Amino acid sequence: MKSVIAEELVKTYDKGKVRALDNLNLDVEEGTVLGVLGPNGAGKTTTVRILSTLLRPDSGRAMVAGIDVIKHPDKVRELIGLSGQYAAVDEILTGYDNLVMFGQLYHLGKKNAVLRANELLEQFSLTEAAKRPIKTYSGGMRRRLDLAASLIVKPKVLFLDEPTTGLDPRGRQEMWGVIQELVKGGVTLLLTTQYLEEADQLADEIAVIDTGKVIARGTSDALKKQVGGERLEVVVEAQHIAKTMEIVQAVSGITPSLDDGLRQISAPVSTGSAALFEVLKALDSAGIHALDVGLKRPSLDDVFLSLTGHTTETQEAKA
Amino acid sequence: MSVLHDSAIITQRQLRLLTRVPEVLIFSTIQPVMFVLLFRYVFGGSIETGLEGGYVQLLMPGIFVQTVAFTLAGTASGLAEDMKKGLIDRFRSLPISQSALVIGRTLGDSLLNIVVLAVMGIAGYAVGWRPSAGIANVALGFLFLLLFGYALSWVGVLVGLSAKDARVVQNVSFIVTFPLTFLSNAFAPTTGMPRALQYFAEWNPVSTMVAACRELFGLENIFGATKGSFPSENPLLTSLIYMVLIMAIFIPLSVRKYRNSAG
Repeated sequence: MKSVIAEELVKTYDKGKVRALDNLNLDVEEGTVLGVLGPNGAGKTTTVRILSTLLRPDSGRAMVAGIDVIKHPDKVRELIGLSGQYAAVDEILTGYDNLVMFGQLYHLGKKNAVLRANELLEQFSLTEAAKRPIKTYSGGMRRRLDLAASLIVKPKVLFLDEPTTGLDPRGRQEMWGVIQELVKGGVTLLLTTQYLEEADQLADEIAVIDTGKVIARGTSDALKKQVGGERLEVVVEAQHIAKTMEIVQAVSGITPSLDDGLRQISAPVSTGSAALFEVLKALDSAGIHALDVGLKRPSLDDVFLSLTGHTTETQEAKA
Repeated sequence: MSVLHDSAIITQRQLRLLTRVPEVLIFSTIQPVMFVLLFRYVFGGSIETGLEGGYVQLLMPGIFVQTVAFTLAGTASGLAEDMKKGLIDRFRSLPISQSALVIGRTLGDSLLNIVVLAVMGIAGYAVGWRPSAGIANVALGFLFLLLFGYALSWVGVLVGLSAKDARVVQNVSFIVTFPLTFLSNAFAPTTGMPRALQYFAEWNPVSTMVAACRELFGLENIFGATKGSFPSENPLLTSLIYMVLIMAIFIPLSVRKYRNSAG
């Protein structure tokens, strides 16, 4: 069953001049994670805002957990959790106060709201900081608390809009760990990100979006395959570069490229590990010791570049 | 009713903010008390009223109204701040009554007004304010003040939700509220104003409110300029009509704005 369905969503701003969503289609299978990947201004946040009832599309249809988002937003709100780009919690209140307040707004009653708050603080390793105002929290702690606030009533569908944007590498790692735990618990998750690595790590399936449209979708592996095969990379001592180039060319059939600084020779190969083995054998009989050798699958950056003709960084922020 | 429950939670949140940042409460009372003292001693000495008890009797209703008028700014900047931090988005994604957040906010700001008015009343008493009417009328006067603040709070909701930038809100509300409170009979007789301004001051809701409070506190409104006009003859009724009008216009507008706020 599909837990999230978006059909032909259109959203324009500035009286139609900016087309944020341009007939966007996507869906998320129940219990899976869809990573919506795209640069700034691609329409990720607009998509999440529509699916989470915050914004009405100009046209199109959206269903969440079997309910029409546009017709019955109040019913959808009972079933979703949303954690946005900003940590949307009250900075002056403590973490505990925030969670109890949101629990009460979910009509848990004071007693259950307190129980649930303590449970979530424990789950997200925030018990120690529970009684401190949020403004004293690190970026990662804020995001965790924000995520906790979106999980108060165990949502059927969870929306995370760029959950690690602006976090340092450590905060990002922690957040990934927390999200992976949630996913193990079986939540249906739609996650947007501009980090290719993040989609790769967390999502079962990836939808690449650009200028308001889904331009590719599939598993991380499938997307990478779409771009082409693997690349063979060999690093050798400087004096062996010429000979190694010859060997790699013989195996690959294509003139290899050379990174002078890294002394790295690389070329696309179609036979995978067989090609690797051949090159190693040839290097060995030529008496060349390879410092590093390997097969590299294309990164999602390569995927993005080949799909859109630009990398994720080159497009200026519009959102 | 869930809208009452939800609004009450939001109001609680606001009261909790006051206990966490007591400076807010301190500064929102220091400013009006400072006005009381400044006007009482700076203008009070030179404005001849011929009233028993002097200028401070006329001044206090004026300052009360001015203070509650600034609720507009308080509500507006509070909401704008919530918008900026994404809190409004979070509230809007919750399965709660869609008007609870703004109802709770306006009620919270009214509770703050109770505290502020009480402190001002005490400060006024300390510098010679003695309302001559009975306790019931004085209480009614304060109720009027709270209601006026509450009505303006709804204007603040619209301003706060419409602002693109939280920093602008404070300035905009100030630019709107400040002239309104001074182009009135609050601090000085309107007779000295140019003719056009006199008309404005006469119909200005701040003036009718001040006149209404003076009446309820048992005082002749000698700062009103024109005798025989409807607002100066019926300040209580005119004020009441204004409040009902403001709420009838701004509550639906604000609630709609909140529901559609794109953040």
